[in-house]
Amino acid sequence: MPLLERSSRLITPLPGASAHSHGMPFVPDQSRAERRRSFQAADFPRPSGREEEWRFTPMNRLAGLLDDAPSERSLEWEVTGPDALRVSRMERSALEGWGIPAPGDLAAAIVTSQAAAVTVLEVPAGVELTEPVRIRRTGSGGRTLSHVVLRVGAQARATVVLEQHGDTAYGEVLSVLTGDGADLTLVSVQEWDATAVHVGEHDVVIGRDATVRHIAVTLGGSLVRLSTNASYAGPGGSFDASGVYFADAGQHLEHRLFVDHEAPMCTSHVEYRGALQGDSARSVWVGDVLIRARAEGTLTYEINRNLVLTEGAQADSVPNLEIETGQIRGAGHASATGRFDDEQLFYLQARGIPEQEARRLVVRGFFADIIAKIPVAEIQGHLTQAVERELARTAYAAPEK
Amino acid sequence: MTVLEIRDLSVSVTTEDGPKEILRGVNLTVRSGETHAIMGPNGSGKSTLAYSIAGHPKYQVTGGSVTLDGQDVLAMSVDERARAGLFLAMQYPVEVPGVTVSNFLRTAKSAIDGQAPKLRTWVKDVRAAMDALKMDPTFAERNVNEGFSGGEKKRHEVLQLELLRPKIALLDETDSGLDVDALRVVSEGVNRAKVANDMGILLITHYTRILRYIEPDHVHVFVDGRIVEQGGPELADELEANGYDRYLAQA
Ligand SMILES: Nc1ncnc2c1ncn2[C@@H]1O[C@H](COP(=O)(O)OP(=O)(O)OP(=O)(O)O)[C@@H](O)[C@H]1O
Ligand SMILES: [Mg+2]
Repeated sequence: MPLLERSSRLITPLPGASAHSHGMPFVPDQSRAERRRSFQAADFPRPSGREEEWRFTPMNRLAGLLDDAPSERSLEWEVTGPDALRVSRMERSALEGWGIPAPGDLAAAIVTSQAAAVTVLEVPAGVELTEPVRIRRTGSGGRTLSHVVLRVGAQARATVVLEQHGDTAYGEVLSVLTGDGADLTLVSVQEWDATAVHVGEHDVVIGRDATVRHIAVTLGGSLVRLSTNASYAGPGGSFDASGVYFADAGQHLEHRLFVDHEAPMCTSHVEYRGALQGDSARSVWVGDVLIRARAEGTLTYEINRNLVLTEGAQADSVPNLEIETGQIRGAGHASATGRFDDEQLFYLQARGIPEQEARRLVVRGFFADIIAKIPVAEIQGHLTQAVERELARTAYAAPEK
Repeated sequence: MTVLEIRDLSVSVTTEDGPKEILRGVNLTVRSGETHAIMGPNGSGKSTLAYSIAGHPKYQVTGGSVTLDGQDVLAMSVDERARAGLFLAMQYPVEVPGVTVSNFLRTAKSAIDGQAPKLRTWVKDVRAAMDALKMDPTFAERNVNEGFSGGEKKRHEVLQLELLRPKIALLDETDSGLDVDALRVVSEGVNRAKVANDMGILLITHYTRILRYIEPDHVHVFVDGRIVEQGGPELADELEANGYDRYLAQA
């Protein structure tokens, strides 16, 4: 049964969605459909920080990633996994006709303008990778711009894990192209050093009847702003985006999602969870879903939950749903920001659980569902431990009095 | 045999106008196997007594002592008190997002016992205890108290009571908000825990209806931060008939 009886346009920010900061729900002044996209940096004016797509980002901490200047460094790559994965460097001109989506903001357009050569990862059509591909990328200072294309052919199946470490100012564009019936799980783990800045855009094209799972895990870095844009090349596609982030003192972790339903009978599910602790820890989550008039039979749901562990941390959460057709299977969104407070701590301790373990219990439980989606057990274990290290980083004063 | 001894306990809370004294010299001894009912008007300090024994940081003890088998309870952290054998079933149980009931129960049991419970018997024990309390098994996978109705929260408190096996239980209005069937189910749970563990009970209530299921050995009248009268079960009936007026006039 369609959710809406008539064709209509709705722009519905959740009331109180950004309860911890602005009080007023934000109503975007334009549809996502009208937002500019271009490969040329010159097509984007330099943002002042008041624009819808930049208003949450601390513009003075972008470490030159909005300067249209060449890359100074490159990340060091370490690739492990099945040989069937092809890795090559190609001139961008050679990729005409591949259907690479144009960047959606200035930072990404600078990457595509400046990076003449593109790193291409290819899983040929029909090939099923039995083992995950793991790519460990390490930054070593300076400013690094990179454009990577991951192409998974029709009916191919792959799991790709990108792990980011070290320090750099990283401008990233990752274009993900999936063929008909492909099945891709893509994990991007940000475990940067505390000084790194990462402004990335992942553009994911979901083939006809293809399934893409995109999992973002952001723990490290001084500032991380990751925009994930999904679009559908044909009907029947499925996009499942999940994320976890843990922001501690001084960190700004921003995840922006845009799911553009332009093909009929596609589904999307977006679920991000974040924990925050420490002074001026900051997280931003923006989830835009656009259901265009053609996209009949769409089924979509997005949810963001935040857990604020200490005073002084702030989570912003802004879901937006625009619907241009009533002929859909369903569309929903939710956002909730909760606090781990003294009463919860007392309750758990009153059942014999020591304070540190009580905090671990709450945070581990909060992230468990999403970490369980990562198809590599070793990474699951590693992340669970990494989250617990984050938790231990702030020494908690025993309750006084 | 366990003895909880409360001597001359005075407790304050911090208010905007400075500390406010709420408990003014409470004396009470609860032994294994005994059931003590505490009845008294709203705001007289009954919950304050229960929270202070459990160690809630909001309450400052300004005088007196609380010991459990001679051990200084007031010197212990909240979790140490629980591990020493005290249990507080709260008047308003707290929601803990992100932690499932089953995970919570297992973690609490491991903490109390000092070792993880044997998985197979534990799962069976939890099932059986939930069943006896007429709790749907799906509660195990829900987050602690999140979205539970008032009555469901109280059942969940008693579920913990049965599984964690404390020596002394403080029940703060565990009966309020329960319908007649739930009251019986919950009371039976408390009685099972009592028998299984020779548990001592301090039961705070406004109503005698729960005392028909959980029979008190002693009834204490609590007014204005202290116990003003003690008696047997008959005192409860008298209070229900006549209210607290004659004690309030005195106070
Ligand atoms: N922060 C505070 N500031 C001022 N007064 C407080 C504060 N906290 C508690 N009190 C007061 O302490 C008194 C005792 O409260 P308590 O909750 O112990 O009462 P109670 O006997 O359990 O009442 P009820 O039967 O309604 O549950 C009340 O008058 C309450 O208003
Ligand atoms: Mg009370």
